[in-house]
Amino acid sequence: MSAPRFSAEPARATSVVILVLAAVLFLLPIVAMLEFSFRQGQRIDGVQNYGLQHWQGIFDPANSFKYQDLFEGIGNSLLICVLTVVIVLVLLLPVMILVELRYPRLRRVLEFVCIIPITIPAIVLVVGYVPVYSVVAQIFGSVPWTIAFAAGIIVLPYAYRPIAANMAGVEMTVLSEASRSLGAGWGRTLLTVILPNLRRGILSSCFITIAVVLGEYTIAAFLSQNTFQTALVLINHTDSYVSVIFAVLALLFGFVLLLVIGRVGAVGTRRERRTRRTA
Amino acid sequence: MTALAEQTAPAVTDRGVEGTRLRRRGPAWLGLAPFGVYVLLFLAVPAILAVTSGFADGEGRFTLGNFAALANPNILQGLWASIWISALTAVIGGIVGALICYALLGMKPDGAVRSVVDSASSVLAQFGGVMLAFAFIATIGANGLITTMLKEWGWVENPLNTFNGSGVMIYQIPGLVVVYLYFQIPLMVLTFLPALQGLKSTWAEANATLGGTRLQYWLRIGGPVLLPAFLGSLILLFANSFSSYATAAALVSQGGIVPLAIRQQLTSETVLGVSNVAGVLALVMVIVMVVLMTAYAALQRRTGRWQTGSRR
Repeated sequence: MSAPRFSAEPARATSVVILVLAAVLFLLPIVAMLEFSFRQGQRIDGVQNYGLQHWQGIFDPANSFKYQDLFEGIGNSLLICVLTVVIVLVLLLPVMILVELRYPRLRRVLEFVCIIPITIPAIVLVVGYVPVYSVVAQIFGSVPWTIAFAAGIIVLPYAYRPIAANMAGVEMTVLSEASRSLGAGWGRTLLTVILPNLRRGILSSCFITIAVVLGEYTIAAFLSQNTFQTALVLINHTDSYVSVIFAVLALLFGFVLLLVIGRVGAVGTRRERRTRRTA
Repeated sequence: MTALAEQTAPAVTDRGVEGTRLRRRGPAWLGLAPFGVYVLLFLAVPAILAVTSGFADGEGRFTLGNFAALANPNILQGLWASIWISALTAVIGGIVGALICYALLGMKPDGAVRSVVDSASSVLAQFGGVMLAFAFIATIGANGLITTMLKEWGWVENPLNTFNGSGVMIYQIPGLVVVYLYFQIPLMVLTFLPALQGLKSTWAEANATLGGTRLQYWLRIGGPVLLPAFLGSLILLFANSFSSYATAAALVSQGGIVPLAIRQQLTSETVLGVSNVAGVLALVMVIVMVVLMTAYAALQRRTGRWQTGSRR
């Protein structure tokens, strides 16, 4: 880094002012959600009582019927998360490794395919998923977990990027050639050389997949399946406090999940930088 | 960084292919097949069905009749609303987001501020959807925190609850602008920050050595270098807003923008004869998105020229 007076970086004070303003604006809705969730009773003469009533109500057995769909939706979403991660690990990851090691010319094609879901919005795909899922329902029945097939597609751009970035930083071919020339088979090379080196990218991919699937609404809504998000929208009509509580919890959960990815990534880049310097 | 790796990689990888080609060519091809079949069934088929269903009538025969919907004033109005909301939120989001990126340049790249901003941006930009709608119901909805405060302060009929003379702002199409900014600004931070970081410190030093001011640096060096990246990010923001559905769906119960019009077409049973209008709208959306993403890719290539030069 150069001396401060030569750099394009803003003055410390400017930085802090802008960031504090942005933080206040962006925290406001989150604070409002928490405030909303702690409200108790109506506001009378400008006085609002606060309490844990709505938070406790979630676990009250008397409400278990009322919130049944929501808890079922959360369960379904978690199952879809697991299956979508499996799709990423079993279908996407092996192809990425194969293309990297043996068909590098297909790399552009694979990247293109994985970016398509950004160009074709979920609301457009849904128009095509309606007929596709009438076939899927004939095979597996109309059950929530089948959403994982569609979720695996939606997640492609997000899941592809961290693994691809990881691969770009690791000399995959050199590593696998070294391993092979030392007598290791493909299986052993994969398990003890390639996968450990891609650990960071794979982990990021899985976490992002979980976050995206938990937040997915469009496809589940049109295929009439009960997931976390569709249940939130439904329960908002009868009990907006509960929908706000779960929304703020989910946003915070997503934030923590991505914070962990960031940390995992930061550790990796630091290590990479060190190796680059020694190389 | 990735682009450069791709340019330099083939020299090494080709050798690798040579070395392993003779063995097990068949099984390796089979390894690509499951993913190929999956993408075909759940990406290619639905996408083709979605886009071509606009050309079919109720019995599946070819027709161009559905395209008459594009003359429908409601649909046209929705298309226009989609465009102006996307443009407005892209421009405001782009400017505010760029300012935040600029402020972040003053923070340590590995520091806590950076990782918090990164994670928060990802959550809001990519996974908010329905939850952002609830956040704004609690903030500026009929009984939201800010709305109640304004009423308390004596402003009973404020723009938040009597917008346009017809009720709560966020349940109306123009109100989406406020909510959309909440994911547009973070997306700008995510996409524009790498470009801003790509500015070489030596350029600022050269400018200073030659007697240039900070203003001159931004006008003559920083600005022109960043322009393609900035425009590219604006396009990405436009596309993001244009294709976003969940937030609007949770707030607005009727139509008003293209994605909501698709919902109306798919869920209404009263107008069975024109059910394939959803396909027409899907086609329109895909055409707009392909144009946007092509422009984005072109701008990315220009951006990449400077970035690869600055990285190593």
